[in-house]
Amino acid sequence: MAFVQLLISGISLGCIYALIALGFVLIYKATETVNFAQGELMMLGAFGGLVLMTWLGWSFWLAAPVAVACMFLLGIGLERAVIRPILGQPQFTVVMLTIGVGYTARGLISMVPVIGTETNALAVPYKGEVINLGGAVISLEQVAIIGMTAVLCAVLFAMFRYSKLGLAMQAASQNQLAAYYMGIPVRRINGLVWGLSAAVAAIAGLLLAPITFVHANMGFIGLKAFPAAVVGGFGSLPGAIVGGLVIGLVEAFAGFYLPEGFKDIAAYVVVLVMLVVKPNGLFGGATRKKV
Amino acid sequence: MRFIFKTEYGQDIQLVKHNGQVFWYGLLVLALLAAPLWAGDYWLSQISFVLIYSVAGLGLMVLSGFTGLASIGHAAFLGVGAYVQAVLSAKGWPFPLTMAMAAGLSAAVGVLVGLPALRVKGIYLAIATLSFGFIVEEVLARWESVTKGNAGMSVSPPQFFGADLGSSEAFYYLALGTCVLVTLAVLNLLRSATGRAFIAIRDSEISAQSMGIHLAGYKTLAFSLSAAIVGLAGALYAHKLRFISPDQFGIQQSVDLLLLVVVGGIGSVHGAFLGAIFLITMPQLIALAKDYLPPAVGQATGLQAVVYGVVLMAFVLFEPMGLYGRWLKVRTWLQLFPFYRKGMFKRQKSYAKSERLK
Amino acid sequence: MSAAPMTASNSTVPNATPLLSARDLSVRFGGVLAVNKVSFDVRHGEVFTLIGPNGAGKTTVFNLISRIYTPTTGTLHFEGQLLSDKPPHAIAALGIARTFQNIELFENATVLQNLLIGHHIHRGAGFWSNLFFTKASREAEIAARLSAEQVIELLDLQHYRDSFVAGLPYGKRKVVELARALCTGPKLLLLDEPSSGLTVEETEDMAWWIQDIKTELGITVLMVEHDMSLVSRVSDRVLAMNQGEVLTLGTPAEVQSHPGVIEAYLGSMDDVSSLRRKVA
Repeated sequence: MAFVQLLISGISLGCIYALIALGFVLIYKATETVNFAQGELMMLGAFGGLVLMTWLGWSFWLAAPVAVACMFLLGIGLERAVIRPILGQPQFTVVMLTIGVGYTARGLISMVPVIGTETNALAVPYKGEVINLGGAVISLEQVAIIGMTAVLCAVLFAMFRYSKLGLAMQAASQNQLAAYYMGIPVRRINGLVWGLSAAVAAIAGLLLAPITFVHANMGFIGLKAFPAAVVGGFGSLPGAIVGGLVIGLVEAFAGFYLPEGFKDIAAYVVVLVMLVVKPNGLFGGATRKKV
Repeated sequence: MRFIFKTEYGQDIQLVKHNGQVFWYGLLVLALLAAPLWAGDYWLSQISFVLIYSVAGLGLMVLSGFTGLASIGHAAFLGVGAYVQAVLSAKGWPFPLTMAMAAGLSAAVGVLVGLPALRVKGIYLAIATLSFGFIVEEVLARWESVTKGNAGMSVSPPQFFGADLGSSEAFYYLALGTCVLVTLAVLNLLRSATGRAFIAIRDSEISAQSMGIHLAGYKTLAFSLSAAIVGLAGALYAHKLRFISPDQFGIQQSVDLLLLVVVGGIGSVHGAFLGAIFLITMPQLIALAKDYLPPAVGQATGLQAVVYGVVLMAFVLFEPMGLYGRWLKVRTWLQLFPFYRKGMFKRQKSYAKSERLK
Repeated sequence: MSAAPMTASNSTVPNATPLLSARDLSVRFGGVLAVNKVSFDVRHGEVFTLIGPNGAGKTTVFNLISRIYTPTTGTLHFEGQLLSDKPPHAIAALGIARTFQNIELFENATVLQNLLIGHHIHRGAGFWSNLFFTKASREAEIAARLSAEQVIELLDLQHYRDSFVAGLPYGKRKVVELARALCTGPKLLLLDEPSSGLTVEETEDMAWWIQDIKTELGITVLMVEHDMSLVSRVSDRVLAMNQGEVLTLGTPAEVQSHPGVIEAYLGSMDDVSSLRRKVA
C-alpha cells in the first residue's frame, strides 16, 4: 500500500510541478524567453488568495477565481512594463531580468505587514478531508490538484488546437516579424501569454497552499519545475505535464527508498541523466540552426 | 581626443596601449600596494572582499561573458575551492600547494559540469548548471567525514612553511597577488588564439567549427578554466570568512555571482571588478539608507532582495552593457565633447525569431 | 610556426587527379531526398560553379562537404582522402574553407578579430603558452596579424579593420566573410552565393576577387551562384542541379543553353504560352 500512497503523492506533487512548468513552457513557446520568476508568480497567487480571504473575509470559492484573475492582469502588466522593452535581446539578459523580477517580488511580499514574514495557512474548504481508497489514504487536497491540472490541460489543449488565438500564439512564437506582417498583434498576444502563464501559476499556488502553507519563500519550489520542463522538452506543453509528473514521482519514491538527502537532489539528477540521454527532452524537437 | 600612432603590430598586442593607461593603472597598482598604510582595518577587509569577488567574477566572465555559456550554479565551484582549501590547510600544507589543489580539483569538477555543455545549449545548459549547483551543495552537506556537513567547518589561516599568513595585511597581499595573476592570465588569453576561439564559440558555433575550432574541446576548456579561477576565489573566501558551511554556496551565491557579472558589464574584464565593487558596497549602502526610510520598509527583511532585484532589472532594461558600458559612454562623451551623438551606442532593434525547427 | 600559406601547392605540373570528388552522393532528411546520386569532380585550380533553382540542393552539397550533414549514401573524397569520417572541425585543417549563405560572422568582434579567428588552424601556440603569453604566443600573434593583413590588402578592408561587424553594411559583411575564409589558407574555397545581395559595383569587385583568388593565390573555388553573368565570367565549368539531381555538366555556355536547364528555371516551352495575353 505504501506504493499506491507514494504514487498518489508523487502524482499530486508532480501536478504542481507540471502546472508551474506549463507556465514556463507557455512563455517559452510564445517568446522564447525563460521566466525564472514563475515560482514567485505562484507565490503571489497564493498570497493574493490569502489576502482576499483574511483581510476581506471572502470565501475560498470567491477569493480563488478573483486571485487568479488578478494574477492574469498582473502578468499582462509585467509583460508590458518589464519584458516588452527587452524582447530581441539575448536570452541570458532576459533570464537575468526575470531573476530580478523574482527577487523584487519576494522582497516586496516580505514587506507586507504581518503576513509577509509569517507562514500562513490558507483556509480551503476541503482542507483536512481524506478519502479512503482501499487502504490508501488520499487527501482531498491531492485530488483537487490532480483534478484541476487535468481540467486545465484539456482547456489549454483545446485553446491551442482549435482557437484562432492559439494559432496566433504559435505563429508569433516562431517568427515575430512574419507574424506582424500577417496582422497578428504580436505584442498583445505576448501580453496575453504572460497573463495566462501567471494565471496558471496562481492556480498552482492556490492548490499548493494547503500543503506547504503560504510564505514568502514558496517560490523556491518553482526551481524544481525547471527540471520538469527540461525532461519534457522545453517547447512542448504535453512535455511539461509529463515532465512534472516524472519529477514528482521520482521525488516521492526517492524520498522513501533512498537515503536521506537524495530526495532533494533527485530531480536534478534526473535532469542531468536526461540531458545526456536525450538532450532535447522527451517531447522536444531537434534544434539546429539552418545555414 | 587621443590618437595612437601605431608603427608596429606589437602595439596592438600590448596590454597597456598608451601612456594615459600607464599612468592611471600605475596609480591604481601603487594605491593597492600601499593600501595597508592608508586604509583602516575595515576598508582593508572590504578591499580584500572586492578582490576575492573580482577573481570569482573573472571566472564567471570567462565562461558566460566570453564563451557565452550560461551558468547558474557557479557557487558550486566556489564551494569546492573553499572546502579543498579548508581541508588541506588544516593539514598544514603550504598555501601555494593548497591553492593549486583548490584550482585543480575545481577544474576537474568543471570538466564534469561541462559535459552537458557539449550536447546542449542556452537554457538547457543553464538548467544543467543549476542542477549541478544543487547537487554539489548537497554533496558538501552530506560528505560529513570530510566537510563536517551542515555544521560547518572552521578554516585555519594560510600557511607557508611555518609562517602564518593569517593577519589581515598578509592575507590582503595574498588576495591582491592572486587577483593580479588571474587578471593577467585572462588578459593574455583574450589577446591570443584561445580567447578568440572562446569568443568565436559565443558568437557563432557553426562558423567557429568551420574555422577549425574544436567545439567540445574548447567548451570543456572554458568550463574547467572558469571553475579553476572560481576555485581560487573560493580558497581565498574560505580564509577570509574563517568559517564555511554548505549553505553559503547555494543558489543565492550563484545568483549573486550572476548579478556581479551583469551589473559589472558582461563581456569585459573591467566588468568583473566593477561588479565586485557593486556587490560589496551595495549591502553597506542599504544599511546606511535604512535609517532614512520609513520603518515598514527600512526594517523589512526583504529590503536587500528588493534593492538587488530592482537594480538588476534597471541594469538589464536601461544599461545592458553594465557599469563598464556606462563608463565607456561617459568616457566617449568626455573624449568627443561636444560632438557626442545620442545614438552612438544604440543597439540594433531585432525581432525574436525562433531557432527551433518544430 | 609560419604564417598561413597564401598560395596553394608550388607544383608546376598540372595535377590530373581531382581535388574534390563526389560519387553518388545522396542525403535524405526524413522523407525528403535533398541530394540524389550527385557525382562531380573539381579539378585543381579551376572555378567550378553549381547552379540551379532554389531548393535544388546546392547548399546541401556544401553542408555535406563541410561535414555539417553526413551523406546517406555515396562518398566524398578530398585529395584522395575520404571526407565522411572526418569531424566538422577537421575540415579547415584539411584545406577546405567556406562562406555561408546567410553570413555567419562573429558579430560582437571586430573585422580584424574575425580574420584572426580565421587563422586559428595555424595558431602554433597552445593554451598554456597563451596563458602565460610566452614568446611563442607573441610570435604566433604577429604571424597571424601578418596573414590577416595580406587578406585585408587584397580585399581593401583597411578602413574597417577595427569596426565591429555588427554595424557594417551588408556588402561589406560579405567581403569580411570571404576574407575570413581566405585567412584559413585553404586549397579549396566554397563560396555560397557570393554575389547575393550585392550591388552591381560590389558584384564587379567580387568577380575580380574570384579571378585573383584563382590566378594569384592558386586556390580552387567551388561556388554556388544565381547571377548568370558572374557565372559566365569567372567559371571554368558549371554543374546544373534541379531537385537534388544533376542536370548537366559543362562550360558555362553549354550549360546555359541546355534545354533541361532552361526548363528548370523557366518552365517548359508549353507553359509559357499561357502567359500570352488573349487578343480579343
